[in-house]
Amino acid sequence: MLGEGIIKGMAETARNFLGSYVSDERLTTVQYPEERIPQTENARQFPFLVHDGEDWHKGLRCVACQICEKECPPKCIYIEKSKDKKPDYVGKPQFYPAVFDIDLAVCMSCQICVEVCPFDAIKMNIEYELSTADRFGGLLVNKQQLARPNAYFHKIHPTEAAEVDARLAAEKAKANAKAKAAAAAATKTAAAPPATEAATK
Amino acid sequence: MFNSLDQLFVSLKHWLVGFAPAAWQPWVSALISAAAIIGVFALLFALVTVLERKGLGRIQNRYGPNRVGPAGFLQFAADGIKALTKEDLVPRAADKVIHFLAPIVLVMPVVLAFSVLPFGRDMVAVDFDAGVLFFFAVGAAAEVAVFMAGWSSRNKYSLLGAMRAIAQMISYEVPLILSAVTVIMMVGSLSTVQIVAAQGGYAGWLPDWHVFTPWGFAGFVLFMIAATAESNRSPFDMPEGESEIIAGYFVEYSGFKFALFFLGEYFGMFAISAMAITLFLGGWHAPFEALVWIPSWAWFFLKLMAIIFTFIWIRGTVPRLRIDQLMNFAWKFMLPMALINLVAAAVWHFMPTGLARWLVGVALVVGPYLLLGRGLMQNQNVGKRIYRYAD
Repeated sequence: MLGEGIIKGMAETARNFLGSYVSDERLTTVQYPEERIPQTENARQFPFLVHDGEDWHKGLRCVACQICEKECPPKCIYIEKSKDKKPDYVGKPQFYPAVFDIDLAVCMSCQICVEVCPFDAIKMNIEYELSTADRFGGLLVNKQQLARPNAYFHKIHPTEAAEVDARLAAEKAKANAKAKAAAAAATKTAAAPPATEAATK
Repeated sequence: MFNSLDQLFVSLKHWLVGFAPAAWQPWVSALISAAAIIGVFALLFALVTVLERKGLGRIQNRYGPNRVGPAGFLQFAADGIKALTKEDLVPRAADKVIHFLAPIVLVMPVVLAFSVLPFGRDMVAVDFDAGVLFFFAVGAAAEVAVFMAGWSSRNKYSLLGAMRAIAQMISYEVPLILSAVTVIMMVGSLSTVQIVAAQGGYAGWLPDWHVFTPWGFAGFVLFMIAATAESNRSPFDMPEGESEIIAGYFVEYSGFKFALFFLGEYFGMFAISAMAITLFLGGWHAPFEALVWIPSWAWFFLKLMAIIFTFIWIRGTVPRLRIDQLMNFAWKFMLPMALINLVAAAVWHFMPTGLARWLVGVALVVGPYLLLGRGLMQNQNVGKRIYRYAD
């Protein structure tokens, strides 16, 4: 019969209309500024620099090797290597970035910088409210603004952070053992210089 | 108490007019009526735009606007400010004078149409003897404005939209007026005030509204369908057709001129809804004798809101028609149905009151409806869709 379909359709829309006032599960909208969906662990928005310890400048893991700068597809990273060196987490003197800027407007959140970093110094942040009123200076994020403590990394990506910490600890232990062995060897050589001399001869 | 509340606005106007010198009084009276109509319906327009967006949102299980003001009800102010501050673009190739005039020509007749509508007891700006005729004559002027807008923009989408609008509006004008003619026939007057007065009684528990007779019900449904088409609302919104011809005849309009078109469309919808109330739903009369103490203007606006809600509901339900479906529906269903309804009304008028009259009246309306509906559905392949290459 003519008009049957319209009646059926109107019943359906009426059900939706009334149902949206009664049941909350119909309304899937998240009222954004007040409520947010918790982000998944693998979420990524924009890179940040990890630092160990409290002092962001001293603890920065970045050694200014500039691999990320070279690999970045849209070329949004700008690094200037320092002239002097500072000790890294093992105690070995390393360069550090005198300038480390990322252009927020250019970054495409591809995570390639994270994947190429051999020092686990750059990681992806989950912060997404990155807009700013200053479109020139505000979008160029500098070293200090990029630095986040390791604890923060643990908070946003716990699995990855635990894995990274375990690897770094292993490396540190290995380095320590090596250093100890080297030290032991040094003391040994110091104790018996003739023997080594004989051996080298 | 009841009388003073019912006649609140009428006495207010008389009191205000009393301040003017006697020679000016007719002019002041007209001015106050016009200002009141424009003010009230502009506010209603603002309210309805928000309500419509909220209602459509709820139909789609969303919230709709809920940010500006309490529960989002000040959204219209934000929209208005946005429209006002936008750049007013006029295409270089456009006919500038007509392009400028079109939105004004659209809004003016629509506002004029309000002058003959009774909003309450003694609340009519002009009690015309030919009020209904005036209403439809003025309403038809909107078509000129639409074509002015489409033609002067010099844009193919505008022109297509305007042509669709003309085809649609002229096609639906016929059943619109023919369904209104039944009421004019039965009441024997073209005056809106007298049409409302004729529906004032109460027969048992039903009021004497025209919608509660077979011919009146059919007429009301036909009138509302034609009114939807006349006010270019979904499912008859082909002149706009966002997904097909961008926005039809107002593609080239921006800023406040666009807002004026929008206002004109909504005013048109209010006017034609008010006309439907006047013709079929008893005007400002209360539905039950026990509820007569509620002021007449409150009843009128309650009915108006109910009809507007139905418009929103239908907009949220039915998808846009195709132009051939629209024309088929207008000429093969609406027009014959409206003509048969005239006969049904005449038979109802001349038969003595009783059950026989009801049976004949219902048969004269339902029979043709079923037959015409079958004829309309026959050519349609509404079965399961068969794909030749997929599957």
